[in-house]
Amino acid sequence: MIRADIFRDIAPVIRDHLVVCNIGIPSQELHAIDDQPTNFYMLGTMGLASSIGFGLALAQDKTVIAIDGDGSVLTNLGTLPTIANNDADNYILLIIDNGSYGSTGDQPTYAGRCTSLAEVAGACGCDHVVECAAEETRAALETAIAARRKTAIVAKCESGNEKHPVIAMDPVVIRDRFMKAVKA
Amino acid sequence: MTIHERIADDLVAAGIGFITSVPCKQLAGVIAEIDRRPDLLHVPCNKEDEGMGLCAGAWMGGKKPCIIMQNTALGVTVNTLATLIQFYRMPLPMLISYRGELGEPVACQVEMAVHTKALLNQLHIPTYHFHRQADVEELPKILDYTFMCNKPVAILTDASFWGGY
Repeated sequence: MIRADIFRDIAPVIRDHLVVCNIGIPSQELHAIDDQPTNFYMLGTMGLASSIGFGLALAQDKTVIAIDGDGSVLTNLGTLPTIANNDADNYILLIIDNGSYGSTGDQPTYAGRCTSLAEVAGACGCDHVVECAAEETRAALETAIAARRKTAIVAKCESGNEKHPVIAMDPVVIRDRFMKAVKA
Repeated sequence: MTIHERIADDLVAAGIGFITSVPCKQLAGVIAEIDRRPDLLHVPCNKEDEGMGLCAGAWMGGKKPCIIMQNTALGVTVNTLATLIQFYRMPLPMLISYRGELGEPVACQVEMAVHTKALLNQLHIPTYHFHRQADVEELPKILDYTFMCNKPVAILTDASFWGGY
């Protein structure tokens, strides 16, 4: 399974929740597969999906799923201690770990070599860390949502991208639509 | 009333509910005061761009944010300011210690001080410089202005300002 296959599999699960999606091809794929007003698409700013999602979870009660990538987490590793040390039982960090920088040509990341993001998250103090195969992502998400406890899921999948259009929606429209969904 | 209490009062009065920070010696008093305010959720961050991500999320979640940081970190936030805060039109008051100004004992701090206003100017970020004690009186209006126009706004606070208290 590649990232887009995971998105198709989890779309019915995440559709009813607030989602902050990582920059580049991940946002393009999610937008093409299941665009929802509850999705916040990052058009820039590599690395901050987990932080934006965490700020959102701290500010309100609805469940927030931050969809990040292994490369993006590596670029903002400081996010993991912040997540670990502050209470937000409505926060789920889903790291789609395909061991590569998908949006830039599938160059390998260190997470695809000897660095374990699940172990890094655990060492940072994250209590509930689940590493799973791509096929198990949906079940892991359902469990985390039902338990309503802060969880980091590292879903291991194959490297690869689907070709979808660049998101043409204006950023202010994305943001305004999302904020209305947050309030609804 | 101390300047730290006054600034914390102004933040609360402006409706701010979420604060992130990377510490600076000049800002220690304000940060300590913020931690005494139950209305202000303070979530320290590890890097200022990470903090701006937290602020963006908190604002979309309904809490007015503020970041407390040192000017030396401005360089690492340029991309985040341009592609997140400005691109999505989000408000963000930045309470910044302006290190490297008159009274600075550490020469290296001057190296970013000389770029601070130039960077803010290049980014078209409204910038206010607190140099004398009385300058703090503008803080409530600056905060209102920030949330009126949905822009990042910089408040540079130098050693003369803090030394005046």
